[in-house]
Amino acid sequence: MISLAELGVLRDVRLLDGGRTAEVELTPTYTGCPALEAMAEDIRRALHTADPRLARVSVRTVLSPPWSTDDITEEGRRKLAAAGIAPPRRPGPARGPVPVALAIRCPRCGSTDTELISRFSSTACKALRRCRTCREPFDHVKEV
Amino acid sequence: MSAVAAALPLADDALVLSHRLAEWLGHAPELEEELALANISLDLLGQARACYALLGDEDALAYRREEREFRNLQLVEQPNGDFAHTITRQLFFSVWQELLFGRVTGTGPPAAVAAKAVKETAYHRDHAEQWTLRLGDGTEESHRRTQRAVDALWRYTGELFQPLEGLDIAMEPLRRDWRARIGDILARATLTMPEGPDADAWSAGAGRQGVHTESFGRMLAEMQHLHRSHPGAVW
Repeated sequence: MISLAELGVLRDVRLLDGGRTAEVELTPTYTGCPALEAMAEDIRRALHTADPRLARVSVRTVLSPPWSTDDITEEGRRKLAAAGIAPPRRPGPARGPVPVALAIRCPRCGSTDTELISRFSSTACKALRRCRTCREPFDHVKEV
Repeated sequence: MSAVAAALPLADDALVLSHRLAEWLGHAPELEEELALANISLDLLGQARACYALLGDEDALAYRREEREFRNLQLVEQPNGDFAHTITRQLFFSVWQELLFGRVTGTGPPAAVAAKAVKETAYHRDHAEQWTLRLGDGTEESHRRTQRAVDALWRYTGELFQPLEGLDIAMEPLRRDWRARIGDILARATLTMPEGPDADAWSAGAGRQGVHTESFGRMLAEMQHLHRSHPGAVW
């Protein structure tokens, strides 16, 4: 299971009032991410469970700087692939005269012979692809 | 005037187009396309909510204003029509939105929304662009329908370049860039750029002044019905 920190959406956690209040900053992957409220609820529950002395947990949504797929940690990328979701490609070196699109690897069989079916999949942050080798469709976290 | 003034027209554009795209649910030509339109709709809804949050209560702004209080472009309220019509509307809007958001500078609240949304908008534009190429340079039927949509929606494009209060963006260079981008895409799609006026002679002002086209009232009636009948309803 990928954590919010590994996904790069957890920006800050602060303890105030001598540890009675927690302030959390959360950023959405996409502006309209419908999972944001569920994430905020999970954070509140996790913090209250971890520390029963907490009287208040406030989760604030921040937009700036915008989330990027580069914010996903190495461990996060590994867990995405293990869950059958192709992680975003890494940022390339400084852009040369000819843009080269790196192949996207099938998370099931490892083949790089994959094709795009749709730029938008089950959620806005993923594209739908198909592996030409093992024929399985899979989600790919598209780069932003 | 503070930059927050721009939040209302930008939010209304996003909300209204989001609602139009959501009308495709259950009717899109294929499942993948239905997901794509729903995803774009959701991104736009997110933009609208982020902007409304700067102004007040989002439900009151979305569900309790009258037609004349909305500041969205007439382009985004146009009915879906056929698929070519929807894609052309999306192309005109997303090319504009990507260019506009790329020019919003500063650190104020609308700038944070623009900096976030410009990345999503690039995917919306790419989606509309790829479909325009496929439809325009597709069959005789798809070409005919797409050209018809381009011609029919052209009259709503002049409004894209009205100044936005609170945003210090020169609209003439934006118009030149928009026309160059659209001209290039239409040419590659074997479509013809319209030569007619890009604004209707009869339009007294337009969406930015709260003057809307006939179908917008019906859209609002449907969109606001539940909230007005059952205020505060949740599930």
